[in-house]
Amino acid sequence: MAQRASKKSADPAANHTSAQVVRDLHERMVRIRLFETEAGKLMEAGKLPGFLHLYVGQEAVAAGVMAALRDDDQITSTHRGHGHAVAKGVSFKHMYAELYGRVTGACLGRGGSMHINDVSLGMLGANGIVGAGIPIAVGAAFAAQYRGEDNIAVTFFGDGATNIGAFHEAANMAAILHLPVLFICENNGYAEFTPQSKHMLITDVADRAASYGMPSVIVDGMDALAVHEAGVEAVARARAGEGPMFIEAKTYRYYDHQGVKGLRHPYRSDEEVAEWKARDAIDLLEARALADGTATRAELDDTWQRTRDEIAEAIAYAEAGPLPDTADLLLNVYSG
Amino acid sequence: MTTITEAPALAPGGTARKLSYVKAFNEGLAQAMREDENVFVAGEDVAGYGGVFRMFDNLLDEFGPRRMIDTPISEAALVGLGVGAAARGLRPVVDLMFMDFIGVCLDQIVNQAAKMKYMFGGSVSVPLTITTASGAGLGAAAQHSQSLEAWLAHVPGLKVVMPCDAYTAKGLTVSAIRDDNPVVVMLNKVLLGSTSEVPEQIYGIPLGQAHTARHGSDVTVIALGRMVGEALAAADELAAEGVEVEVIDPRTVQPLDTETMFASVRRTNRVLVVHEAVTFGGLGAEIAAQIQDAAFDHLDAPVLRIGAPFSPVPFSPVLEKAYVPDRVRIAQGCRKLLERA
Repeated sequence: MAQRASKKSADPAANHTSAQVVRDLHERMVRIRLFETEAGKLMEAGKLPGFLHLYVGQEAVAAGVMAALRDDDQITSTHRGHGHAVAKGVSFKHMYAELYGRVTGACLGRGGSMHINDVSLGMLGANGIVGAGIPIAVGAAFAAQYRGEDNIAVTFFGDGATNIGAFHEAANMAAILHLPVLFICENNGYAEFTPQSKHMLITDVADRAASYGMPSVIVDGMDALAVHEAGVEAVARARAGEGPMFIEAKTYRYYDHQGVKGLRHPYRSDEEVAEWKARDAIDLLEARALADGTATRAELDDTWQRTRDEIAEAIAYAEAGPLPDTADLLLNVYSG
Repeated sequence: MTTITEAPALAPGGTARKLSYVKAFNEGLAQAMREDENVFVAGEDVAGYGGVFRMFDNLLDEFGPRRMIDTPISEAALVGLGVGAAARGLRPVVDLMFMDFIGVCLDQIVNQAAKMKYMFGGSVSVPLTITTASGAGLGAAAQHSQSLEAWLAHVPGLKVVMPCDAYTAKGLTVSAIRDDNPVVVMLNKVLLGSTSEVPEQIYGIPLGQAHTARHGSDVTVIALGRMVGEALAAADELAAEGVEVEVIDPRTVQPLDTETMFASVRRTNRVLVVHEAVTFGGLGAEIAAQIQDAAFDHLDAPVLRIGAPFSPVPFSPVLEKAYVPDRVRIAQGCRKLLERA
């Protein structure tokens, strides 16, 4: 894996062995998969208010990129943001409690599924507005550059978001100001229910980066190691002051745009869904790890089981948590 | 950081130094930048050119390109840059030149800057200052002349200030930069060259505190931004007729200091609200409703509003003059209120 010297030894990407990387990626992906599938079950059981946009299928992107970051690196996420939050290390307890609207949640029950954040982990928020987190990440990168600090910012967005003005403005701004920010496009082929072929005439979203003088790379978004490798290179580049970079990860979401049911919605075929599932990111990584002896089946199973236990505990915590006090309705509208 | 909650009083007899509105703004900004290394300015033509209204003159010389940043014409990315930088502890001042341009970056102002603290469960603050020029009177036509304070004051999480003279331009700007919330500073284009007494030291004018610009017992005029000067002129005219007008300048329209207004209405029993913005859905409606709610029994006449007609701002000077409220209409409004028994 190509790497450059990092200024901080705490950089997780700096001295991982390949076996450690595989285990790290596997664990992050399993955590996302299980968090999401359990959240989906809770939604179907009518336990969660609001909307739920599930990330299942896209795990390799969040895991691959986040494993290349430090805690003090900043990210902005999307309305489909659970995967990014989980991969960045936000606690299951705070996340489930937020889905339940409890005061013990990550946003004190004020944000819900689309707005989970944890500033202490550099998680600068998911976002209910498509594309809106992109300029904010550019601002976070600006702050790092302004202070002479070597943390970077990463913004995640979908293919659909690259059709809004804020993406283009932010990409140009980042390039002009030479900011340490990575643009990660999770191209899952659909803007809500509209296929890419109907919302842009190009095949590779990465082509858009060229018009801002930004280097780009296209990776297989179902291959966590490939995403990670691209991420490590881009992170090292940004940290070294070489400016922004664009990564397009071709990936797929297994559930619908919103909610759990409706996989048979006519906007995409069962065959298409099955084709992508046949290249499931977790299955691919497990098969590779078993084939080259990086991990045993027992070790991989242990990760699944530990995560299941942790999730059961987190859901119990969320359900036991108090609801917000309506007397605190105006809490945090303003600072001071 | 020195926190001055009381703005310094002006020297007796009007002997203090006079400064123009735009230079007072510039001085306050420069002093705030000296006070806090985290303050930087970003916007279109703010650094090399010094701003189209000379708001940022000489700041590049003193603070350099690290803290004075010329950006592309990209208002959404510009405000977003401010939101992200503010969330990371800086105190950005981003300039939107003409207020009319907020339409192209309203998402970043309304959905991002204003809501971040609330939606983050309080774990982050957004000490962002947005400066912009509002108002008609320069023949700049319908896309460069609007007063859109009602749009912004309607959004929880934002603060909005409207300085009426050089003294308040400096003090409100300093307070906006020191405040931990997103604050929009609406400078008035017609007032840019107007002068008033301005203390040399750095000072902040508390946000959310109205100022009684003139005391009077017969009628209260609540005037926003440039209308304060027009109201004071109308008050002079009415004083010659034996009518004592009280003029209240809210200074901050969000948060709005209604208590000062209610207290005045209880003394004068008549109130006129005047703003440059379109009357329909304007802040005059909000103020009138609140006064009627809190002090109905003290009113001898319905609250009267004066604002612009429901039309885009016209270009032709004769139309523009007829469009914007002035001292004549304010004086007429006061007389109308006093005609009621």
